[in-house]
Amino acid sequence: MERSTLDLWVGLFVCAGIGALLILAMKVGNMASIGIGQDSYTIYANFDNIGGLKPRAPVKSAGVVVGRVASIAFDNNKFNARVALTIETKYKFPKDTGASILTSGLLGEQYIGLEAGGDSNDLADGETLKLTQSAVVLEKLISQFLYSKAAEGGDAPQAPAPNAAVAPVPAPHAPAPAAAVPGAEKK
Amino acid sequence: MFNRSAILSVRGIGHHTVDGVWRLGYASRFFALTLASSGTSFRRFRLIVRELYFTGVLSLIIILVSGLFVGMVLGLQGYHTLQTYGSESALGVLVALSLVRELGPVVSALLFASRAGSAMTAEIGLMKATEQLAAMEMMAVDPISRVVAPRFWAGVISMPLLAAMFSAMGIFGGYLVGVVLIGVDEGSFWSQMQAAVDFQEDIMNGVIKSFVFGVAVTWIALFEGYDAPPTAEGVSGATTRTVVTSSLAILGLDFLLTSFMFQGV
Repeated sequence: MERSTLDLWVGLFVCAGIGALLILAMKVGNMASIGIGQDSYTIYANFDNIGGLKPRAPVKSAGVVVGRVASIAFDNNKFNARVALTIETKYKFPKDTGASILTSGLLGEQYIGLEAGGDSNDLADGETLKLTQSAVVLEKLISQFLYSKAAEGGDAPQAPAPNAAVAPVPAPHAPAPAAAVPGAEKK
Repeated sequence: MFNRSAILSVRGIGHHTVDGVWRLGYASRFFALTLASSGTSFRRFRLIVRELYFTGVLSLIIILVSGLFVGMVLGLQGYHTLQTYGSESALGVLVALSLVRELGPVVSALLFASRAGSAMTAEIGLMKATEQLAAMEMMAVDPISRVVAPRFWAGVISMPLLAAMFSAMGIFGGYLVGVVLIGVDEGSFWSQMQAAVDFQEDIMNGVIKSFVFGVAVTWIALFEGYDAPPTAEGVSGATTRTVVTSSLAILGLDFLLTSFMFQGV
């Protein structure tokens, strides 16, 4: 093969390969939207429970991504989680900004939502947020719900008939399934 | 009687072990020699360019076409599975992550091993069988730096490029089936993909994987060719061994690399 045609093909091959990498970086990855080398500052927030929050999870304010979770560590003095947040320098937040751990969608990934306060001074690098709200843990939510239901169920029958014994309480419920079973058998 | 056959089988195990260790050592010395003499081949870069044409450019067609079809199949299958959970919009994430992390590097390395690796083995094996390598040594030309090292570097350079093209083509295939054919929303296809795929974590790890595969495949192919018995049978056996060994090496290395790279994810 002629030397110049060979060079041309190899040149095209290398260019196409690098072009494919660039397409992957820009169009498929998030290199274009979130710059890696952009200026940023770090703030900290302590949470009682971070739930399923992971490093590199987004930090959003009003739904817009303003930074990322840099690291998560356990504070052995306060026995809570200390989360470092990297915020882009172009976004400034007041000193009394609150942070809460939220979930995108019903079962989506967890992120940190920042709600700006009204203080006239801005947060500086290395400061710690005062107002934080922990992640909602589904098991706790369900157990709370069950306890409150159980408390309601215990109170309700006693209120109308306080002098009645405890034994008759399940009686109105008991015949219902019993009646349902023969009904189902008839069909 | 029983003792005799037991001794024979134990002796067989020992023979295979010693043979395997000897071959491994020989292959490692061959690899070190290739690396040591690649300086000369970089000074004569023209040799590498020539090999880049044969290993890289001529593998383009099979890589691009199979990338397109793998992406299209991923789009179809992924759509049908995701549809049952009502999350068709995550199709882009599924296609992009599976291609960039796993399928791109692994499948293109497997294709590369069978397309370019076998050709390398057969070429070098035949060179050895027809005593061309010996003739070079007679003329005081080092066959390792003249024949082996340029092929090695051409394989190592072209493998990541081919894998990147495979992934890009596959994502285009997934887009073709998912968005154009089935009608998944185009905006959520791309935006969810961009939100989920990380440059450092996913794309660069895929590139590192394909680089490692490139080293492994070309090393195995060149060694099998260089070590082939100088007969027609020997060359054909070496070509078969190249494809089998490098495919197994790719899959094994892929498991190792994945378990290191995606520990916390």
